[in-house]
Amino acid sequence: MIWLDTLIQGLLLGGLYALFAAGLSLVFGIMRLVNLAHGDLIVLGAYLILGIGTALGLNPFVAALIALPVMFLLGWLLQTVLLNRVLGDDILPPLLVTFGLSVVIQNALLEQFSADSRKLPVGPIEADSITFGTLNVGVMPLITFASAILVILCLNWIFYRTALGRAFRATSDDAVTAQLMGIRPRRVFALATGIALVVATIAALYLGARANFDPSIGPARLLYAFEAVIIGGLGSLWGTLIGGLVIGVAQAFGAALNPEWQILAGHIAFVLILLVRPRGLFPRAYD
Amino acid sequence: MKNLLSLLSLLVIVIVLAVIPLFGLRALVQDLFMVLCLLVLAFNWNLLAGFAGLVSVGQQLFVGVGAYTMFAAAILWGLDPLTGGIIGGLVAMALAAPVAFFVFRLNGAYFAIGTWAVAEIARLSFSQWRALGGGTGTALPRGAARDMPGVQFLRDVLGVSPAAAVDMLTYWLALGLVVAMLAASWIFLRSRMGLGLQAVRDNPVAARSVGVDPVRLKALVFLLTAFATGLCGALIFIQTGRVSPDAAFSVIDWTAFVIFIVVIGGIGTLPGPIVGVLVFYGLQRLLSDYGTVYLIVLGLIGIVVMLFARRGLWGGFTQWTGFDLLPLEHAPPKRPEPGSRRET
Repeated sequence: MIWLDTLIQGLLLGGLYALFAAGLSLVFGIMRLVNLAHGDLIVLGAYLILGIGTALGLNPFVAALIALPVMFLLGWLLQTVLLNRVLGDDILPPLLVTFGLSVVIQNALLEQFSADSRKLPVGPIEADSITFGTLNVGVMPLITFASAILVILCLNWIFYRTALGRAFRATSDDAVTAQLMGIRPRRVFALATGIALVVATIAALYLGARANFDPSIGPARLLYAFEAVIIGGLGSLWGTLIGGLVIGVAQAFGAALNPEWQILAGHIAFVLILLVRPRGLFPRAYD
Repeated sequence: MKNLLSLLSLLVIVIVLAVIPLFGLRALVQDLFMVLCLLVLAFNWNLLAGFAGLVSVGQQLFVGVGAYTMFAAAILWGLDPLTGGIIGGLVAMALAAPVAFFVFRLNGAYFAIGTWAVAEIARLSFSQWRALGGGTGTALPRGAARDMPGVQFLRDVLGVSPAAAVDMLTYWLALGLVVAMLAASWIFLRSRMGLGLQAVRDNPVAARSVGVDPVRLKALVFLLTAFATGLCGALIFIQTGRVSPDAAFSVIDWTAFVIFIVVIGGIGTLPGPIVGVLVFYGLQRLLSDYGTVYLIVLGLIGIVVMLFARRGLWGGFTQWTGFDLLPLEHAPPKRPEPGSRRET
């Protein structure tokens, strides 16, 4: 029974990691851009929600609704002003620019908000739980998990059922030919990064509501997220969800054996899967 | 002739750096020690990313393994730290082989994340090593650094305190490592293998068509830089005297700084890291009163360099003036005089 409990906890934790990873997966799948600042952008989103909530006296869930368009705009600007200039065959410039961005965001947050850890005050729902037979499941983790599924469904709908999604897929497969068909890749990329930051804001809400955060935790979240994307396979959003769940379950079982092994177990699962399948479990695109 | 002049000017700089500790400035010596170590790490990362196309975000793995092996040698096996440091370099190189087996299956961005994940695994595993202090780390035994060969000699000759003698010795070793690294890089990059490596970077298909084996060359560079990085890691922590998993496997200290140094100085150029480390040290001193502001400035400079001057300060300088301190090109073969007949 304890194992079933651990499994459920792991899956629910995996939902949070899938949320971290979904935006990254979208951007990486469409433009092969590795955004090393993704984790710090999530933390930035959490501070934004906290700031809006405190200033206007709103519940974090409502504050997040205001933060969403702000973050979309930030993503759009980031891609238009900065990242579009460094995209190309050479992966080094985008990698280094986003790395620089990561350091800048992290330390700017540190200057602004100090190293104190914060939490989003979501109210009594935080401690609520639902009982299924002998299993106790927290309400917040359940909502997180449901949100992760919903986000992946929405992204898949955009990706496969809308004109924008067609443009995404076309640019991902062959940017030059897509251009011949009247698509402007740079605009498509800007929208994609905007959407990615919207997802990052949703992730930020649950990150801040479930645990403490401080300016320094971004890179670790980025690593989990990226591992989830790679395990899932390039360009597959459901794969990213599975990847998140794999990391979450591995961490939960690691923690059940020894609390110090939690993070270690997640990384080891990543390495083992990549040893067997270097391209991830469900790669959609090849490059 | 120009080469000779470059070598002479480098020699003068090295001699000036070498005599600094004799004037007693201990704080300066400690500062410069760290600068020299960062320079060694930067040379190594530049070889990986700038010449072999291996953009690693996990070099802290080898720094940490070198440092921890040195501590294990000093504490558990009773060796002196210098011998421990050499073993540290060798262990780092030995570890690089299985790591390469894993990360070389990954391309580009996957490689970067793969190396980082491996370094995190190492950090978390070493914090389980109770004999070396677990997560909180441990210090070198009292006097271990003072018993290093050479320390007593320095004390006798210069009449300085043991701590100052340790500082001097580690400083000169770091300087020696810098010189050795620079010379080895220059010789390697102009050798047949080094030229093959640059050919692979510039055009992998064309390079393979003339018989260059990219995987073998890249693996060689990965192993050799792991050795030098491990050695440097051990040296850093001999001087620090304390090790902990977070300090030894710090992605910020041993990889992020190093990446910025190389990028700002000029990635893929040999003197680039030297310029970069000077900028880094200057910024650190200039903005030392403003907390982490220098990191923000460093990040912004890195971004601006990548956007507008991708070859970095030194790369831009050579492009502009045509002068290169350590040219990697060979002189083209002389054309036969018109009218003269080639001997067969």
